[in-house]
Amino acid sequence: MIKLKDNQKILLEFNLAGSAFDLAGEASSKIKRVLQQIGVATEVIRRIAISSYEAEMNVIIHACCGVMRAEIYPNRTEIQVEDQGPGIADIALAMQEGFSTAPDFVREMGFGAGMGLPNMVRCSDQFDIQSQIGKGTTVLMVINH
Amino acid sequence: MKLSEVVHTLQAEVLCGEEWLDCEIDTICGADLMSDVLAFATGRTILLTGLTNIQVVRTAFLSDLVGIVFIRGKKPGADIIAMAAEKGIPLMATAYPMYEACGRLYFRQTQEPKRCGDQVERQSKNFARV
Ligand SMILES: Nc1ncnc2c1ncn2[C@@H]1O[C@H](COP(=O)(O)OP(=O)(O)O)[C@@H](O)[C@H]1O
Ligand SMILES: [Mg+2]
Repeated sequence: MIKLKDNQKILLEFNLAGSAFDLAGEASSKIKRVLQQIGVATEVIRRIAISSYEAEMNVIIHACCGVMRAEIYPNRTEIQVEDQGPGIADIALAMQEGFSTAPDFVREMGFGAGMGLPNMVRCSDQFDIQSQIGKGTTVLMVINH
Repeated sequence: MKLSEVVHTLQAEVLCGEEWLDCEIDTICGADLMSDVLAFATGRTILLTGLTNIQVVRTAFLSDLVGIVFIRGKKPGADIIAMAAEKGIPLMATAYPMYEACGRLYFRQTQEPKRCGDQVERQSKNFARV
């Protein structure tokens, strides 16, 4: 096990491609492995993994491309996911449980339940979303260790 | 309940992870929507699902599931089984459909111990009367 010193951080960055369903979850799985190696508590890792997975899925389902960045500090993990997708017209509506514009074929794969954004909020200690129509969406989450 | 009891109750075939059958589970979740699994996952959970794609195994890994049971005779491809084995997630396949698989496990988990409890109570009442 590697132990992070007070002033150290680990930065992980992944490019995400829209519609790459076969790879969905790979980036989040790599983040999880690193968190396991530095000995973060299991329940905390679960929350980080779920929030990053949902954010990763949203780029793959709803956008064309994006970047996911994880900054791991001794006391917290920050996940930032930025995409160049279509943006979200009504963020308050998108945040509601069950609201989804995902197409049927995505639902047949088991995604698009409209629970992604609510799951992110539930699992993170800080959550922020910004979106501009035609430009893209940025999600920032902080999970304390 | 142990994973081996799940295998027995569902007459399931173990596709990988034979070595973890002794592991205790405390929650069983039946779902075909991965976000529902992610919203639900607590404790040592196994998932019953009709989906056999690679996302099921990734979802299991990311949310710390301790096993997956594929229902209605469905089985994933060899690549997916290999990935689950590498990630340490036991896979099982049962011929029962979702409703019946859940029903059998629910009965096993809840009714049976209660029936034993009833019996004990009845016995002690009899004993009191004597
Ligand atoms: N990165 C994104 N780009 C564009 N739209 C998004 C993005 N993330 C979420 N949305 C919109 O918000 C809705 C709700 O998102 P979410 O709660 O994750 O549910 P789901 O992904 O299952 O549809 C989506 O259906 C979509 O319309
Ligand atoms: Mg989503």
